[in-house]
Amino acid sequence: MAVVGNPNAGKTTLYNALTGSSQHVGNYPGVTVEKVSGKLKLSSQTVDCIDIPGLYSLNAVSADEKVATEVIRPRSEEAPDLFVYVLDATNLERNLFLFSQIAEFGFPVVVALTMSDRLGPQDRTVSARLLGESLGIDVVPVVAFKDKGIEELKAAIDRNLLEPRIPIVNLTVPAEITAEIDILSDRLSRAGVDASAAEIRSDLLAPVEATRLFVPDFPEMWEAFQESRNRLLDANLLRPSIDTQARYQWARAIQDGAVKKPLTLLPRPKSRTDKIDQILTHRVFGLLIFTAVMYLVFQSIYTFAQPVMALIDDDFSHLKGAVAKIVPPGDFQSLLVDGVINGIGSALVFLPQILILFFFISVLEGTGYLARAAFLMDRLLGWCGLNGRAFIPLLSSFACAIPGVMAARVMPDPRSRLVTILVAPLMSCSARLPVYLLLISTFVEPQLGAGWAGFALFAMHLLGLVIAIPISWLLNRRVVKGKRLPFALELPPYQWPKWRDVALAMYGRGKTFVHTAGTIIAVMSVIIWSLSYYPRSGSAPAETPAQQERQLEQSFLGRAGKAIEPVFLPAGFDWRISTAILSAFPARETVVPSLGIIFSLGADSDETSVDLRQKLREATWPDGRKLFNPWVAAGLMVFFALCAQCMATLAAVKRETNSWKWPLFMFAYMTTLAYVVAVLIHQTARLLGQA
Amino acid sequence: MIASVPKIGTIGFGELRKGMVARVCEVDENCLESRRLQELGFTLGTEFSVIKVAPLGDPVEIDVRGYRICLRRQECECIGIELV
Repeated sequence: MAVVGNPNAGKTTLYNALTGSSQHVGNYPGVTVEKVSGKLKLSSQTVDCIDIPGLYSLNAVSADEKVATEVIRPRSEEAPDLFVYVLDATNLERNLFLFSQIAEFGFPVVVALTMSDRLGPQDRTVSARLLGESLGIDVVPVVAFKDKGIEELKAAIDRNLLEPRIPIVNLTVPAEITAEIDILSDRLSRAGVDASAAEIRSDLLAPVEATRLFVPDFPEMWEAFQESRNRLLDANLLRPSIDTQARYQWARAIQDGAVKKPLTLLPRPKSRTDKIDQILTHRVFGLLIFTAVMYLVFQSIYTFAQPVMALIDDDFSHLKGAVAKIVPPGDFQSLLVDGVINGIGSALVFLPQILILFFFISVLEGTGYLARAAFLMDRLLGWCGLNGRAFIPLLSSFACAIPGVMAARVMPDPRSRLVTILVAPLMSCSARLPVYLLLISTFVEPQLGAGWAGFALFAMHLLGLVIAIPISWLLNRRVVKGKRLPFALELPPYQWPKWRDVALAMYGRGKTFVHTAGTIIAVMSVIIWSLSYYPRSGSAPAETPAQQERQLEQSFLGRAGKAIEPVFLPAGFDWRISTAILSAFPARETVVPSLGIIFSLGADSDETSVDLRQKLREATWPDGRKLFNPWVAAGLMVFFALCAQCMATLAAVKRETNSWKWPLFMFAYMTTLAYVVAVLIHQTARLLGQA
Repeated sequence: MIASVPKIGTIGFGELRKGMVARVCEVDENCLESRRLQELGFTLGTEFSVIKVAPLGDPVEIDVRGYRICLRRQECECIGIELV
């Protein structure tokens, strides 16, 4: 069984209500990016249920639509036994358009009529009974998030799996076309090919470049089709628009039969959504509010998370102290304290911020404001080859580029999609947050105060977005080729976010993050620790800072850092920073743990708190100059902001673009960009006499 | 190949302002954009109205066939429209 329908018709909510799963739901078209499947328990049986991404039409254009249309092909291996068609009661005509395409291929369908709760007393009412009668199938009104109508729908599904009902769709097409279909149908059946009139019409009227061929293509049939096409061409009837027009004509007739119009002819009063939109999409206030909302989000991530983060930090310091007391000093103690606990602790400390970010994203998505953001931002993103829809993938990339890259599937235009994928990792993901916070709280906050610290954080997040604009413009002009599709976006009505969905989104992201911290980061921490701990000269633990530094210098990691130091010298980075950068290429999450290990390895383990900030402030070049100043810190932050230090993202890009070309290209351009900008910052500082 | 109905006062999408009502009077059969727009309901003879215009001038929100959709002016130039 499959759930199918237009984007934003309420499919995912219905799917969740049916299967009891917790798929991510948003008040934003195109939230389902992949086929998702689950189990549906009915009174007589349990069936597999798939959630198909929202579609406008079966004439697939985007990658997203292709996933879906593969399932909805007649005689397809994957074709389900039954479709549950989600029909939006507030938007019958367009929803019936896609319905007619699915129904015509002879699939059994049950209609779930959604959004009827959104029809106010001023609106028309839609009769499920009349609709069911004219379509010849079961139509069940549902309000999925309130579980209304779900039991009835399940009963209807159960009934239809035993005795399928196939909808009646009678399109009115010119008689000449019907005649040609009859001729072709006749020839096909003589050739032993079984094809319905709808399939033949679809192939006959299909635009030349269309690849959706239902009828097997062999020379004899090809000729017959060509003859029919020529005859229709002469009569000026070989037009794809005839098919579209016939479907809408049919949809209008069905709608008129099922709708009870209100008696009043007064103009409809402005809805609540219209009133809110007057302000939120206002020429001046709309943009001001948008900027304010985005600023508020990043400012609160910084301020609200601080107390919790301090608490987590303290706990890990205590843990380190406790472990150091139990385990005797030596290699093993260092592994546990400096490697594992230090590594995991310095990653877990960012959990509060990730939760806050996802709280805001899912609230904005749930209320419908995210769609307005796309509406407001389209012009700004549009001229450089992106579009307002890219706002979602890009905003998600602020949390993590991987969901961002995947969310780009909702973009129907392949060209904008590829550009969005290529610039998404420039957005400052949550894994970069640790570096910013560490450096800002070490070098900006003590001197300039919390206000500027918040601003610096905002600026670092803005940087990726600002750089992404010229980059996408360049990519769009020079690199990416392909067909562009019109941008289409729906603004859903405003509503209160469903707090359950918000909680689920936060839980899901948090869980993934903790999982990563517990696995990849723990393993990486141990690897970095051992590379920086071995080989050791003699067994005496390093006591003085000078000894510790000498020890690190001659370790494997230190040697690699030293070897690469000349490359990073123009950016003002010494071998320790270079080492941290090297160690962060597989996953940038590891950079703060690496810095912690590099700058504090061998520290007296009885000390409960090894303050990395203090260590960074005190670090010097061999000649005694301070290693860090705000310029070097800024250079390092910018390097991390722009560099492609995430294997998982590159793997996701490979998967999404189905080629190694784009991830390699992405790695090359981002790393070069990061290096060049970091060097520029340091050289500017030198010119200003700040280095 | 162009399909059209008799037109009176054709205008471009760029000239649409908030509150205007227009009708589709010409569709390009072979253009991908035009096909997608038709699938969204902008078939020959369909009337639609402009609900709002984004602060930066584009996109525009349009009421067509009882629902609303935001489109970019430039990308709709492949269908011909006239004021009603």
